[in-house]
Amino acid sequence: MRGKNLLIISMAIVFFCFATPVRAQEITPTVSDDEVNRVAQELYCPVCENTPLDVCPTKACAQWRELIREKIALGWSEQQIKRFFAEQYGGQVLAVPPLQGLNWIVYVLPPLVVIGGIYLAVTIVKRSRKSVIPEKKDPFQSPLPAPETVMKQIEKDLHKEE
Amino acid sequence: MNNPVENQPSSSTEKRRFPWVTAIISSVFLIGLLVVLGLWMKQSKVTSLEIGANVPDFSVTTFDGETYTKSALEGKLILINFWSSWCSSCDEEGYALEEVWQEVKSSGDIVFLGVNYVDTEKDSITFLNKYGITYPNGPDLGSKISRIFKVQAVPETYIIGRDGTLAAIKIGAFESADEIRTLLEKAAQE
Repeated sequence: MRGKNLLIISMAIVFFCFATPVRAQEITPTVSDDEVNRVAQELYCPVCENTPLDVCPTKACAQWRELIREKIALGWSEQQIKRFFAEQYGGQVLAVPPLQGLNWIVYVLPPLVVIGGIYLAVTIVKRSRKSVIPEKKDPFQSPLPAPETVMKQIEKDLHKEE
Repeated sequence: MNNPVENQPSSSTEKRRFPWVTAIISSVFLIGLLVVLGLWMKQSKVTSLEIGANVPDFSVTTFDGETYTKSALEGKLILINFWSSWCSSCDEEGYALEEVWQEVKSSGDIVFLGVNYVDTEKDSITFLNKYGITYPNGPDLGSKISRIFKVQAVPETYIIGRDGTLAAIKIGAFESADEIRTLLEKAAQE
């Protein structure tokens, strides 16, 4: 019995001596490429211009996609990952720029230009219609209305002739 | 007697009246737009620093947690090397830089700073350990430092003189340790 206990104790010692700590990678769930690309398509490679991270073929982008995979596995949300990338590499990596600083121009300017354009187009069309449609005029009407004194004088002259 | 011309209907003059209100609003809007666009362009101006230009203050926090600021290092020669673990020519250059660093670090007059450009921390640390690089290295958080120097690609190296102005630029990788030594000597003389 004593020998059996000794064997169990020695086996336990050997087990704890050689046991390695469990690494984070071993306990993290597997993250699919689709999940990674869903976040990656919202980010841009800062090295190669105008290339979304999900289709970027460079080594740098591959490393970044792996970083996204790690963050998703750690339970980070899409917003958290995007914020992390913006802090690490600058706001230019975001596909949709945050509404801060002079970035608001990107959001405000297009609707303003559209509204201004519509207003301008309507005004021009209205004005051109006014100038194109001729005013209906009585062909017998004098271009200048005679003042009352002149009219009275004409009437007097006509009476005299009668 | 009334002047007949004065009695004309005002409809024709109304049509021709200049739309002052519209013109003023449009002008104010356009001027405002140009000012905002000008500010925007000024902010994102892409003109690289020239030799002799004063380098704005910046700080690098290394992977070990140490912080180096340009203002605190004034009076020393600062070599800033932009690199990445995904850059194919950065490894050879890293060896050469480390070789020179071992020669100059005891003088205390020259500081080497490795600035990790758009890279992941894990890969960067693996790279540094793999190539045995010991001079201070840290990430370029928010790409702020690379924006100051208008870094286009890696590797790029800049040497800041003792007076705080830019003394030398090397675009691309150093071919040898001698090239680094020569550039440092040249920068020290300026």
